[in-house]
Amino acid sequence: MPIQYYLFLSLALFCIGIMGTLMRRNAIIVFMCIELMLNAVNLLMVAFSKMYNDASAQIFVFFIMVVAAAEVAVGLAVIVMMYRKVHSVDINILNRLKH
Amino acid sequence: MSTYEILFWFLTVMALSCALGVILSRNPVNSVLFLIATFFAISGHYVLMNAQFLAIVNIIVYAGAIMVLFLFVIMLMNLNADTEPQKNRLVQFAGVISGGALFLVVLAALRTSSVNMLEQSPTDIGLIKNLGKTLFTQFVLPFEISSVLFLSAMIGAVVIGKKEEAVSEVKQ
Repeated sequence: MPIQYYLFLSLALFCIGIMGTLMRRNAIIVFMCIELMLNAVNLLMVAFSKMYNDASAQIFVFFIMVVAAAEVAVGLAVIVMMYRKVHSVDINILNRLKH
Repeated sequence: MSTYEILFWFLTVMALSCALGVILSRNPVNSVLFLIATFFAISGHYVLMNAQFLAIVNIIVYAGAIMVLFLFVIMLMNLNADTEPQKNRLVQFAGVISGGALFLVVLAALRTSSVNMLEQSPTDIGLIKNLGKTLFTQFVLPFEISSVLFLSAMIGAVVIGKKEEAVSEVKQ
């Protein structure tokens, strides 16, 4: 299987994540699209790890997952806090950040 | 077509269509379920590339923990209705154009690069024994620091998610 197929697959996943981030107004969906982009990068990194027969890339993917888990915990707490304040998760009304 | 190729194309089509489902479905709960399906397809790709440890961790951490957290928050906010306000057509069109333009540019740049084959010989670098040895010799310092990161993230989430009344009571 050529490495290009994995390159194009993860590129397509990353671009779908970008499109979702730009298109949607729900903050939770935007957050999920960021997770999708992180996973596209992980997939590419595992493909390169297989190509060069090197375990360091897989360790790096492991650390990306660790950071993503911490990020999700804090980010969802921020979204819940915002929902308590303004009773909505619409990012168009987040442009004020106050009131 | 070998079994490997059939599995590769099946998982690829599944990952891409479920990723499109994430951004196109109106209901946030459906989006979460599509994203879980995407993560399972990506885990299938990890198994095909002999990265069994990462495949299991991907399922446990992403599909098991993170997506349940998302679902929990969506249920908590009662968002499982199809009443999300949409961005106007122009902004949606601009988002699709910019994402597609990035895709086309990188595709055109990488199309003529030299072809490196991923050999299908079984390697054992993705197994727990090998990865654990690397993690606890070469990368032991980042591993320990990540535990501090988790602790600070946990404290931060608790502090941010606390109710306002509780904070004011503590102050008084």
